[in-house]
Amino acid sequence: MSKEKFDYFINGEKGKYEVVIGLEVHAQVLSNSKLFSGSSTKFGADPNKQVSLIDSAFPGMLPVINEECVKQAVRTGLGLNAKINNYSVFDRKNYFYADLPQGYQISQYKNPIVGEGKVLLDMPYGSKEIGIERLHLEQDAGKSIHDMDPSSTYVDLNRSGIALMEIVSKPHLRSPDEVNAYIKKLRTIMRYLGTCDGNMQEGSLRADVNVSVRKVGDKNFGTRCEIKNVNSIKFMQMAIEYEAHRQVELLEDGKEIDQETRLFDTKKNETRSMRSKEDAHDYRYFPDPDLLPLKLEQKLIDDLKKSLPELPDNKKERFIQEYGLNSYEANVLVSEKEISDYYEEVAKLSDKKLAATWMMGDLFAMLNDKGLNISNSPISAKNFAELVQSIKSGEISGRIAKEVFEIMVESGDNPKKIIESKGMKQQSDPKELEKIINEILSKNKDKVEQYKAGKEKLFGFFVGQVMKLSGGKANPQLTNEILKKLLKG
Amino acid sequence: MSNITNQSLSEILESIKSKKISSLELTQAYIKNIENAKKLNAFVTTTFDQALENAKKFDNKPNNEQLLSGVPLAVKDLFCTENVKTMAGSNILNNFVPSYESTVTKNLWNNGAFLLGKLNCDEFAMGSSNETSFFGNVINPIGDHLVPGGSSGGSSSALAADLTPATIGTDTGGSIRQPASFTGTVGLKPTYGLCSRWGIVAFASSLDQAGPMTKTVNDCSIMLEAMSGFDEKDSTSINKKKETYSKNLKDNIKGLKIGIPKEYRVDNMPKEIDELWEKGKKILKDLGAQLIDISLPHTKYALPTYYIVAPAEASSNLARYDGVRYGYRSQKGKDLIEMYENTRSEGFGDEVKRRILIGTYVLSSGYYDAYYLKAQKVRQLIKKDFDDSFTKVDAILTPSTPSSAFKIGEKTNDPVSMYLNDIFTVPVNLAGLPALSLPAGLDKQGYPLGLQLIGKALDEQKILNIGYAFEKNCGYKNEIKKWWS
Repeated sequence: MSKEKFDYFINGEKGKYEVVIGLEVHAQVLSNSKLFSGSSTKFGADPNKQVSLIDSAFPGMLPVINEECVKQAVRTGLGLNAKINNYSVFDRKNYFYADLPQGYQISQYKNPIVGEGKVLLDMPYGSKEIGIERLHLEQDAGKSIHDMDPSSTYVDLNRSGIALMEIVSKPHLRSPDEVNAYIKKLRTIMRYLGTCDGNMQEGSLRADVNVSVRKVGDKNFGTRCEIKNVNSIKFMQMAIEYEAHRQVELLEDGKEIDQETRLFDTKKNETRSMRSKEDAHDYRYFPDPDLLPLKLEQKLIDDLKKSLPELPDNKKERFIQEYGLNSYEANVLVSEKEISDYYEEVAKLSDKKLAATWMMGDLFAMLNDKGLNISNSPISAKNFAELVQSIKSGEISGRIAKEVFEIMVESGDNPKKIIESKGMKQQSDPKELEKIINEILSKNKDKVEQYKAGKEKLFGFFVGQVMKLSGGKANPQLTNEILKKLLKG
Repeated sequence: MSNITNQSLSEILESIKSKKISSLELTQAYIKNIENAKKLNAFVTTTFDQALENAKKFDNKPNNEQLLSGVPLAVKDLFCTENVKTMAGSNILNNFVPSYESTVTKNLWNNGAFLLGKLNCDEFAMGSSNETSFFGNVINPIGDHLVPGGSSGGSSSALAADLTPATIGTDTGGSIRQPASFTGTVGLKPTYGLCSRWGIVAFASSLDQAGPMTKTVNDCSIMLEAMSGFDEKDSTSINKKKETYSKNLKDNIKGLKIGIPKEYRVDNMPKEIDELWEKGKKILKDLGAQLIDISLPHTKYALPTYYIVAPAEASSNLARYDGVRYGYRSQKGKDLIEMYENTRSEGFGDEVKRRILIGTYVLSSGYYDAYYLKAQKVRQLIKKDFDDSFTKVDAILTPSTPSSAFKIGEKTNDPVSMYLNDIFTVPVNLAGLPALSLPAGLDKQGYPLGLQLIGKALDEQKILNIGYAFEKNCGYKNEIKKWWS
């Protein structure tokens, strides 16, 4: 497909504008305890029930790095084909807020744990590489709750100190669709790695979105605005659409764009200014003297690399090679690890290509209808494979298979059992079929004459009659062959 | 038994062990002293009931196998003590009661000691005279008009006045050694990382280090042994085998090489400090040590470097005192920002505010490279000076302070002159090295003066040994008239 068809440009009076987007994704590290304390990270606890003296910054408390969080960051970096830095430093980012107990966030500034990497997106116009600038570890803040009391703000520190990975992309994204693909790809990679659950409803994955516009063909970037803390892909796309159009309008009116931080109002579907560049915080970053620089031994990195699971890009290649799938099928089937696992289990026991077709067709449609995931599918991979095999062997026709599938969804039964008990087996015995066909032909002698005289369209009529007489069980391929042979004679 | 409290810790431990005195009698004697010494303002909190309780418990079931069996100890109010007020000399932590015990104090209690009370100090350990404490200045038992030094001024005063058999302080730029020098007592700043910082109210994290303050070098080795040790809760704690400093204390220093840095002879240094230094050299030489002239060329940059690094870290460390979760909160203000502003304006004293301002400034964008980054580079050079010297010498001898105890109020309006008091002590903190301040003589007014022995990292045993030999041959003895009782 041509790239032009998918170009995301905004037309103004003065020209065509391109949108330039970079994302700072905040991904919560999957770990049992927080980045610098032993508190639990489990979601959904009562307010302030998962807070240690360290998380609430009592006098004399000191941070101690959680090694599992470091490993998770390294794994993620490896999954992003990125450079892992053997030496990185934790810095303090200083600012005051009620839900930031220390008065600073421990983050990584000049020396992040992960350097440049890349992510491949599969777009309808081909694959596109998005550069990763860096990934660093940092603490999450607590939560201020403003709507519980008319005059007070409440603070919940359960989230305070949880490990986040900030993944900063290069400004390589050009449309809301690419942002959608990028976030989904990141999420897929991290879920494969088990480093982030990617659950956007629970806030495990959120992003600051940097947007600027420029005339198509311009080499220089326009002034960017940063839209803070957007927590769904849909909102990111809406925010980008709104923000890009707002910026184009300003430029069309001959006005300048102020570099600023903006918020996306999900109710009004618009972005609005939060603070200008002049009001930007001076975070006074400096290396945290409570923590030594993080030195990673190459062996640790190598060991983590060796223990990495197969990642979606590799798996896709393998699916194409090993199972003869096309790129589109392979893409869909590797999009979630659980889907790929299910497919592989089915493909081991049945026809690989047919399995893919049926999974992506009837199985996904059913799951979608019922609001289910592959992991709680009512049809087990083994049963699904048997169904596919029954179709492939000619035991049942595709039409019958759909009926069997319905019954499997309802009962969870094995397809063989259903086919047996309901007598749905396809008629594939040539002698039996010949008997049926002869009966049809002798009943319709006039039509046979017409056919022989050249009215070949009547072939379909004979097939239909065979199906009718066999209760839909006649093997269509075999029926065609025998019918042709007998009509010739 | 009446004068048990003017004995050294090791003598007291001996008396307890041999049952010449019970822990209860000992504790009662200190309580009496403390009650008679309110004028010194050394204590901010006393825990007499708890101490008497612990003393009785000890007497009922004495365990003399421990380093500090049955001994009551008062500690600087910078150490968090479980269920006992810990206020760091600040209004912003007024009446703050931690639910936890600092690692260092816990180590003391695990060695058989128990808490007698909490000692006054400069607010957040920022000061050289104990005049910045919200709870009032502390008086030096040497004279009612003299400062006891700072920031561990309550500790030095209480120790010299026999209100505790030994104590602990913290030293960020000289806060143990300078007050020890001003009161004729022994003070050790250990190698950075030897004593855990966990549970100590932080001033400047890369410089803060807890250490013992005692009447003798032997006491100092006992206390260091008890309080030090690896702590996994402090990422900067050094993971090494625990040493038995007191058992290994030796007074033979024959053949040891003592470095004499020429840069420590500063302009306008009182003649008597110079004479004291000469006296020290002679003592060590007579004991068979070899004196070697060395150079620490970046010494003159140490003080400005310190006054960038320490306030920078402090400005960030003190951000947590915001009135939101604990400590003082102003009742004024219509929103969060005003609550912060009022809380911190009312909660912090002038010196703390001054350092927060300096620290915030040097970390600000546009100034970071010129100040903080440059200071960190100079810090490396200062460290390197010491590293180079220690290839040639075993220890370095310098004066502890450029003067004896000054008068209360004398320097309060001149912060720079106050900061200059730390000129001989701050390089050691910047380099993370151990240093021992020893009482060595008196000035012409009869006020104590100290000499400082600086060692290689983790070479505490060696400077303790040199100090031990020095002490035996120096002939210094604190003769303090108890004018306050």
